Amino acid sequence: MELRVHDLAVARGGITVLEGLSFSLGAGAALVLRGPNGVGKTTLLRTLAGLQPAVAGRLSLEPEEMAYAAHADGIKAVLTVEENLRFWAAVSGQGAVEAALGAMNLADLRHRRAAHLSAGQKRRLGLARLLVTGRKLWLLDEPTVSLDAASVVLFGQVVRQHLAAGGAALMASHVDLGIGEAAVLDLAPYRATRSAVQAGGFDEAFV
Amino acid sequence: MSIWEYANPKKFMQSSAAVLPWVAGLSALCLVTGLVWGFFLTPDDYRQGSTVKIIYLHVPSAMMAINAWAMMLVASLIWLVRRHHVSALAAKAAAPVGLTMTVIALVTGALWGQPMWGTWWAWDPRLTSFLILTLFYFGYIALWQAVEDPDTAADLTAVLCLVGSVFAVLSRYAVLFWNQGLHQGASLSLDKKENVADVFWLPLVVCIAGFVLLFLTLVLVRTRTEVRARRLAALLARERLA
Amino acid sequence: MLALLTRDLRLAMRAGGGFGLGLAFFLLVAVLVPLGVGPEGAVLAKIAPGILWVGALLACLLSLDRLFALDFEDGSLDLLATAPIPLEGVVAVKSLAHWLVTGVPLVLVAPVLGVLLNLPVAGYGWLVVSLALGTPALSVIGAFGAALVVGVKRGGLLLSLLVLPLYVPTLIFGAEVVKRGAGGLAVGTPLALLAGITLAAAALLPFASAAALRVNLR
Repeated sequence: MELRVHDLAVARGGITVLEGLSFSLGAGAALVLRGPNGVGKTTLLRTLAGLQPAVAGRLSLEPEEMAYAAHADGIKAVLTVEENLRFWAAVSGQGAVEAALGAMNLADLRHRRAAHLSAGQKRRLGLARLLVTGRKLWLLDEPTVSLDAASVVLFGQVVRQHLAAGGAALMASHVDLGIGEAAVLDLAPYRATRSAVQAGGFDEAFV
Repeated sequence: MSIWEYANPKKFMQSSAAVLPWVAGLSALCLVTGLVWGFFLTPDDYRQGSTVKIIYLHVPSAMMAINAWAMMLVASLIWLVRRHHVSALAAKAAAPVGLTMTVIALVTGALWGQPMWGTWWAWDPRLTSFLILTLFYFGYIALWQAVEDPDTAADLTAVLCLVGSVFAVLSRYAVLFWNQGLHQGASLSLDKKENVADVFWLPLVVCIAGFVLLFLTLVLVRTRTEVRARRLAALLARERLA
Repeated sequence: MLALLTRDLRLAMRAGGGFGLGLAFFLLVAVLVPLGVGPEGAVLAKIAPGILWVGALLACLLSLDRLFALDFEDGSLDLLATAPIPLEGVVAVKSLAHWLVTGVPLVLVAPVLGVLLNLPVAGYGWLVVSLALGTPALSVIGAFGAALVVGVKRGGLLLSLLVLPLYVPTLIFGAEVVKRGAGGLAVGTPLALLAGITLAAAALLPFASAAALRVNLR
């Protein structure tokens, strides 16, 4: 498994925000995307996940190999922790629910309704969902938001295990994720310039 | 040179600017000729008296009400397949015109129906179909207005137009079935074609041509406005970014 | 797919709303109409098929705006769109869940409300049959409308405006079946047409709905 991105341009709301982006990510590697608010981190992740079309460029990996985790975790408040996780495991055709509960330290909370979880606990449940998808490449958008220090360490361990098992992770974050070996890609230099807006934006035909 | 070059907004603005005065002028000419001829220079019908003259507004508007939807369907298909913005904007521009035509057809129909049938409204299959068509127009326009992102709105309304067309045709036949199934046969048939004599027929054709050209004029003007609005939005977005 | 169905059913049971609300609305319609029209049995018997069908249709409409909106808000729809099941399947399964939660209870209580509206005896069987055949179409068509407006804030009213015209053929054929059945006439033609609409809608509309969802997720 290897993700190769070549000369990619992505747009948000009809305006190209990133252009000329090329990088690759092999098995066992992690990459952290950095850049100021609005630079296009989330847009890039959504494009890679196949949720929106790229303006230009090539991707070498099918969206089917990726698991995407956004700001919203897709947790149903009236279901218990275990029910939430079992659902996503079944949708992905996987069964490693117990391991995922253990890995994110959720075993004690399994029968609690998600409505009664704290923000950090919900986040942990959202990350546990990644473990039951069985997919190789994780696309994580601000994965450590609202996690306490201990949980950030836990998250680091889970990502390392995933990398060791031949997975890969692409993470967008402002803060230190506690994964020292991850490479860092600053998106600011790829910010679309004025000329690129003309060339690649959806509305260029009107200008 | 391919015909699709005219779908480029700039090219469209140039060619439509050249065509527009002619279409508008011809439309005015046809409408004035047809309506004056029809209203003042044709004899009264021996049965319906002068009420029959509303036919010169009723029939052309009713035809355009349906044709406008057909045009929107074609434009939506072109947008979905070829992603030409002008096509989507033309569909958007045509919808209120089509709705107006539908309302004109319904109102003139009511004005005609009152002296002829003694009622403003009857649940005749054809009348009912037009009422349902009005609802389809309302939904289509409302969806355009509700969705903020223009491309998203274009996609969603195009899908709605496709599905809506199928259901509009279904409704037409369902309504035929419903009325014939419930009441006696079509005693209030509006099909005047067979009893329209030549003396009424010629001005009617001129009026129909006038309405087609009027529709074309209005759609062109409205599409040009939409293109300008999009151009403005694109320029503003670029300004913000720079 | 099965997991999605059980999850949606479980959510409907726990949240409570979807189940009872539509039924209560249906009951209200059946109570309010005689209050407005008057208690004459002959009049009520004449309008009962239409009222019951319109009531069922509006009750169906009531819970539609939550069909995709809740999943859209909490991010589940993003995740389902990237999951290994096709989005068309997601739409079909969610429509099925909506029908099981909303349509089936309506079918079951309709005969009781028929008594309130003085429906002729011969009509009861056809009422149940026509609703059983027609309500799936209401759910599938409604899911299409819900997919269109999923990105619109407070899209409930817009949803009704979009969906109600699409309900016209189903309503006409469905009510016609009951009318003819109650009058002792042959119901074969409208019943076949009703079934045809349901089958065609269930087969084709999920593709349009999934396309609309993809556009809205973009």
